[in-house]
Amino acid sequence: MFFMVAEGLVRPAVSCITCQGDAYMTQIPLVEMRGITKRFPGVVANDNVNIEAYAGEIYALLGENGAGKSTLMNILTGLYRPDEGEIYIRGEKRVFSSPKDAIDAGIGMVHQHFKLVYPFTVAENVILGQPTSTFLDMEKVEQAIEEISQKYGLWVEPKAKIWQLGVGEQQRVEIIKMLYRGANILILDEPTAVLTPQEVRDLFATLRQMADQGCAVIFITHKLHEVMAFADKITVLRGGKSVASLKKEDTTQEELARLMVGREFSRKRIPRKPAGDETILKIENLHALNDKGRKALDGVNLELKKGEIVGIAGVAGNGQRELAEVITGLRPATEGKVWLDGRDITNRPPRQIIDAGISHVPEDRLGMGLIPNLNSIDNVALKCYRSQEVGKLLLDTACLKERAAKMVADFNVKQASLYMPVKMMSGGNLQKLLLAREISNNPRVIVAVYPVRGLDIGATEAVHELLMQEREKGTGVLMVSEDLEEIFKVADRVAVMYGGKFMGVLPVEEAEVEQIGLMMAGSPGVGGVAS
Amino acid sequence: MDGNMLIGILAAAVTAGTPLLYAALGEIITERAGILNLGVEGMMLTGAVTGFIVAVSTGNPWFGALAAILAGGAVSLIHAILSVTFQANQVVSGLALTIFGTGLSGYLGKSYIGIPAPQTFSKFPLPVLADIPLIGPVLFNQDALVYFSYLLVPVIWFYIYKTKHGLNLRAIGENPGAADAVGINVFVLRYIYVVIGGMLAGLAGAYLSLAYAPAWLENMTAGRGWIAVALVIFATWNPLKAVGGAYLFGGVDALGYRMQAMGLDVSSFFLKMLPYIFTIIVLIFATTQTNKKHIGAPGALSLSYDREER
Repeated sequence: MFFMVAEGLVRPAVSCITCQGDAYMTQIPLVEMRGITKRFPGVVANDNVNIEAYAGEIYALLGENGAGKSTLMNILTGLYRPDEGEIYIRGEKRVFSSPKDAIDAGIGMVHQHFKLVYPFTVAENVILGQPTSTFLDMEKVEQAIEEISQKYGLWVEPKAKIWQLGVGEQQRVEIIKMLYRGANILILDEPTAVLTPQEVRDLFATLRQMADQGCAVIFITHKLHEVMAFADKITVLRGGKSVASLKKEDTTQEELARLMVGREFSRKRIPRKPAGDETILKIENLHALNDKGRKALDGVNLELKKGEIVGIAGVAGNGQRELAEVITGLRPATEGKVWLDGRDITNRPPRQIIDAGISHVPEDRLGMGLIPNLNSIDNVALKCYRSQEVGKLLLDTACLKERAAKMVADFNVKQASLYMPVKMMSGGNLQKLLLAREISNNPRVIVAVYPVRGLDIGATEAVHELLMQEREKGTGVLMVSEDLEEIFKVADRVAVMYGGKFMGVLPVEEAEVEQIGLMMAGSPGVGGVAS
Repeated sequence: MDGNMLIGILAAAVTAGTPLLYAALGEIITERAGILNLGVEGMMLTGAVTGFIVAVSTGNPWFGALAAILAGGAVSLIHAILSVTFQANQVVSGLALTIFGTGLSGYLGKSYIGIPAPQTFSKFPLPVLADIPLIGPVLFNQDALVYFSYLLVPVIWFYIYKTKHGLNLRAIGENPGAADAVGINVFVLRYIYVVIGGMLAGLAGAYLSLAYAPAWLENMTAGRGWIAVALVIFATWNPLKAVGGAYLFGGVDALGYRMQAMGLDVSSFFLKMLPYIFTIIVLIFATTQTNKKHIGAPGALSLSYDREER
């Protein structure tokens, strides 16, 4: 086996089943979801997903951001209602019309964003919603909490207020809450996102203990090493579909990485002339911190040529977002330099960086890219209101309208009216409008973060075509993507990011999927053409 | 100022503070559930006019009070539907409710202006308690609705802080998502508490038209609904503190009349203005204090809850 760290902690799944000694538990899944489909406006979050989990085992639900993991679990916990599909608990069909039904069926969920009432004490949070007598007996609850704490090694102070606790402690409160409710199907959404390595080990030791006592534990994650270290069985979700269900023994980290990003795809490339030799953007030994103050970028080096598209691959959360933000001036670099056309633009204010010729298509197109409640004209104006052509003191609304209308026509943005709030538009049209605005500045470099996430095939094609057109004009494009097919199709070179570093930067023609999968899992690649 | 006059002012403070207290208690319950209802003034007026009309037609002030409670609850139901089911902006909906209540009460009460109430809630001393020096004549020589408020305050306090239902109430106001996830029906409970809040506002209105100044006058609440909303902040959403606040405001109100009665040469407009100035000063003071102590408004106050929001 490849993963040394994990070996000591992982017990073979077989022994878990036998230690139960309860025959039916091993045959009938404790929980089964069949053919689950859930649609949100413009998005199919779950598309005919099947999962099953047996008592005594730890399951990993693996997938990229937006693969539909959280939606699926929100259906299982009664928060969302599926459009299609069925849920079986111990072989019995159940319909959950509210979270209460799911709780009654023994399902407990620890959400990524904890569902705790912050001004309340631990004990008050635990007792909340429980069928107790009208008059609260907090001492009894506190005693029960201490019993659970001891049994599973989940130490918390029952009288403490939630806001006084650290995130690790808050998570323990959430788990205690579920155990107090007698949950035997425990779901954890990205449980390790906020934890230190030591806390992660403690958490999984606790979870293993629960599984041994007859629970089914399901945890949602996109971290491959955790899956290999702690799970017995794994279901991989991609694009809302369940693509594989595997036993841990039968798979490897590389295979999981490939499954996550897509294994069978055509390596169809858009034909192109070779990129230029002139370096536009140079990134040198770049370091930065994430929102929590931990290291996000750990020495990134890259040279982007004129008329070149570099695809940044990697599992989300390995520093891609931070890299884009540092380049665009939204996040300070703690070390290192960013050069644009030989000019140092490190830690310059965003306005100067925009003026220098860097355009940004952010990940969150309706939060950061466009203002949902403003119409197309105003959204377009956001980036050009300072130019002399649209007026000095007062904005020349006619000119702005003309600009917006031209962009809408040129980029084939479909909308009912220029005066309609952009939030009414579909994801594809939003992205086209955003790209139109960013391209209209004639940028030197475009930083596009997950530019086709959530878009349908038509819109994806259109976005790729736009990026290619920019490439032909000599613009450098940095494209963060979680989809290898996209990178193979559009990019000239691929840089694989892991742990805030590039594991390798290599021409797409020479890249092998297996090799990239390996680099995504943290093995340094051979193609060290980065700097 | 002699003892009798002091007792008189204090007793008047309690009387004048009682409608504020009822309205504030109702708003505390509503806001604890996470719903901001700025329609208190409208609900009070609707309660006042309904109470008065029913008391006049039945000759029984108790029927009047009951009708006011129902009327207040009915008006608040509009707010509940708009803000809980349709997730409308609660400020707008509340303001609309005030405007609606003011108009409705004016229309309903048109022919009742100037009619004296046949039977009102009159003051009677409580045996034994009324003989306690100072406290007796101030607190225990009042009318039945004042006595009822003495009972209601500790009951509501106990309910909010010491019972399971109170815990649920606070939870849906602080973090409805968390409450929902543990199976508490946020929607139904918010409806219930908005309506209870409206009922208490209705009763507050009835107190004005059946006990405090037993008659119907258009717009007779004169901003007391707004003072009650301010009182909730002053009381940091705690019913016990609302008592002190209500009597303090009542005292300022009563003081104005006393000063006029004593023949002090102060403009009556200034005296009428006093409670409102006082409200502003107290609010500035109270907000800086609560910000320091981290005991602010319920976390989800005035935010609609949508389970499937992404």
